[in-house]
Amino acid sequence: MLDILMIEDEPNIAEAVRFILTRDGWAMTLHGDGEGGVEAIRLARPRLVILDLMLPNRSGAEILRDLRADPDTAFAMTPVLMLTARGDAAAGTSQADAVLAKPFANEDLRALVRRMLA
Amino acid sequence: MSGRTQNNVLTGTRIRERRLALSRRQADVARAAGISPAYLNLIEHNRRPVSDDLVMRLSEVLEVPADELLEGHEEVRLAALREAAARLGGADIGAPETALAPDFLARFPGWAAILVAHARRSEALEAQLVSLSDRMRQDPYLLTTLHEILSAVTAIRSTASILADEAAIPAEWLSRFHANLDQDSQRLSVTAQALVAYLDSFEAEDTTATPQEEVEAWMGAGAPPLDRSPDLASDAARAMAGAHLARMEQERRALPDATLVEAAAASHDPLMIAARLGHPPDLVMRRLAALKPAGFEQVGLLVCDSAGALILRRPAPGFPLPRPGDACALWPLYQALAAPQTALSHSVETPEGRRFLTLSYATRQQPEGVQGPVITQAQMLIMPPDPARAAGPVIRIGPACRICPRKTCPARREPSILATA
Repeated sequence: MLDILMIEDEPNIAEAVRFILTRDGWAMTLHGDGEGGVEAIRLARPRLVILDLMLPNRSGAEILRDLRADPDTAFAMTPVLMLTARGDAAAGTSQADAVLAKPFANEDLRALVRRMLA
Repeated sequence: MSGRTQNNVLTGTRIRERRLALSRRQADVARAAGISPAYLNLIEHNRRPVSDDLVMRLSEVLEVPADELLEGHEEVRLAALREAAARLGGADIGAPETALAPDFLARFPGWAAILVAHARRSEALEAQLVSLSDRMRQDPYLLTTLHEILSAVTAIRSTASILADEAAIPAEWLSRFHANLDQDSQRLSVTAQALVAYLDSFEAEDTTATPQEEVEAWMGAGAPPLDRSPDLASDAARAMAGAHLARMEQERRALPDATLVEAAAASHDPLMIAARLGHPPDLVMRRLAALKPAGFEQVGLLVCDSAGALILRRPAPGFPLPRPGDACALWPLYQALAAPQTALSHSVETPEGRRFLTLSYATRQQPEGVQGPVITQAQMLIMPPDPARAAGPVIRIGPACRICPRKTCPARREPSILATA
């Protein structure tokens, strides 16, 4: 089963995150666009979604809103870690399970992921 | 009655102050004014009302312009002083002795004027601060550029930490991370320079909001009464807002709310609504943007003159509006200028992938007759996308060239400050 799906349009951020999290033993895949974000989650059925707030074509807030509104309640409650440039006060993050502000320390991300997948 | 007594309190005190300033005896002034010294004494101590006629006579005797002793003049000053006291007083300072304001104003007019000027300057500076703060929060140049910088910093920080902290990184990954670092540091450098250049440009500008921005802020606040809106700081903005209100009222009378709500419930096509009601499309479009009846809650409206200057901006959620003076040349609004009296419908897409349906319509008028100039205005109603046209042609618009990330654009007039563009 896939542990993590990361939806992030910045390839160098996604690459760094994938390196450290796969090194920790998590199975992880990437999706680089806001468009089709919910479908990517539905297809991958990850245990955790790392979702960037500022995405092209469809924002992370819109993806999260659609996910939470899905009639499949088990799917709708997929844990989401939101990456945001605007901190905890950013609009559209209230339905996320956790929020991590950019730029973040790798160790903070690792600890948060460990806690959310425990 | 109390107002008159209060006004006379002011007048009496000022008469006394003026007489003392001239070093004249009470009896001499009273005689010259045709009243008894005892009566003048009562007036000066604010125990008797003063008629306008007597104020005029005393003003002649005391060699002072009559209006300086007149009640209205004082009342305005007193109101300004009380307003200043209310603005500058507070929990830290304590409440001023407002009951003594008339005496203070009469005895120390210079200090009172300084206090009022200080309060007004303080108010203007606060309004400017709010305006700048709003601009910083909403300015798409800043938001976009800061997002670029933050993304680059995030990538650099994570990558650098990996290189510093992780053991036994495979050579292939090492090479990739070094390349990423180089790429992101260059991107950071270019974007940071662009940001500094942009912020420098603020110094060359008047940092207060333009009258148009003030009017937009006023409209955004729900168009409160003009004399109670902190957004309308300049006379020009108040004049523009007043003219806007007058035109809105005129248009509301021409097309009442109830009529428009009923018509909008029957059709979501502004042209069909216009045809059904027998009104010109531009009136219907403006009224829809102002009233936002059911089905049109998310609409925005842009209006430009024939020079392309935007003269009214009612933003639609998600539609990229740059600072006043900037615009995307691909907005269908400008196509309408070339085809007056013809409604143009387009699907547009923002760089973020948001789609909107636009309806653009230009009008031509000759308000000074056939010999007068032709005044052309175009307006564009911005509406949510039409699902039936999802597969149709789309115009890929932007906010303004400077912050537009599109790499290729036939209408670009200056480079983007975004390194990714």
